[in-house]
Amino acid sequence: MSAPRRPVDPSGLERYYVLTQGRSGPGDSAAGLDVATLVVSRSAPVPGLQHEHEEIIRRCREPLSVAELGAHLGLPFNILAVLLSDLLDAGRVEARDPTPAHVAGRGPDLALLEEVLSGLERL
Amino acid sequence: MDSKGFDGIGRHADGGVRSVKVMIAGGFGTGKTTMVRSVSDIRPLTTEETLTQASVGVDDLIGVAEKSQTTVSLDFGKIGLNDSLVLYLFGTPGQERFWFLWNGLFKGALGAVVLVDTRRLASSFRAIEEMERQNVPFVIALNVFPDSRDYPVEEIRDALDVPAHIPIVSFDARDRAASRDVLLALIRHVKGRPAVAVEPR
Repeated sequence: MSAPRRPVDPSGLERYYVLTQGRSGPGDSAAGLDVATLVVSRSAPVPGLQHEHEEIIRRCREPLSVAELGAHLGLPFNILAVLLSDLLDAGRVEARDPTPAHVAGRGPDLALLEEVLSGLERL
Repeated sequence: MDSKGFDGIGRHADGGVRSVKVMIAGGFGTGKTTMVRSVSDIRPLTTEETLTQASVGVDDLIGVAEKSQTTVSLDFGKIGLNDSLVLYLFGTPGQERFWFLWNGLFKGALGAVVLVDTRRLASSFRAIEEMERQNVPFVIALNVFPDSRDYPVEEIRDALDVPAHIPIVSFDARDRAASRDVLLALIRHVKGRPAVAVEPR
């Protein structure tokens, strides 16, 4: 009898499959996630969480964008979105979409743009 | 190891931090990542989207017949504008044909900077078309390379077929203050732009 073999390529597709338990896309709660969406933890990690879930909660004690999370965890956007959708559904993190310059059908959000301008001017 | 993430975000107003995003577009080699690097508070990072054959559907489209996955990368940086507002800058993939694969890449962006190398104007045509098609407010920034010739802006405007209300500025993407000024030009342009619904034609 031979021992079970280790995955040949644990960093590629097989790893993603394991991480997401084979799911290819996030649930509804994370369907609108953007690379600039800020993720913030709502509570400390609890025992028994999947390692990557725990890692996300730990890193998002302060708001962190989905893009930064992906870069730090070495996970592509679509895989990360599946993991975030688990955490959003469980209420363990909250997500804040980037603020747009226009609200549909209305003029530009002048207060926001002023805030961006003064921030840039201080650079 | 305990990672504390980046410093300075949300320490004072933890609940209220918001983000805004600006896209840096333009043809391959026009200096997108250089610009992100020069204005960003952090060393630029890369985030990826993996596209499987199943999600792409048409192999010919991406020219990789036997690959089971294709990776599209975004280089990005960020600028802390104040205690509760962070600007993320995303350099778009050089090959615009990948843009549509990244769902909603431009959605929610304040606007875009389209970088142009005046030695190779045509490399940014596609980026300009995409901004117009997706109705993303944008400015054109001519990245001046050491051997770039000095063309009058109006000549460039004609060659790029860009309407008069779109600002065109020249700058050096390696220079932080110059890159910052390009972002200022974009935000001022967005501010003066009427609501989409009342835009003529």
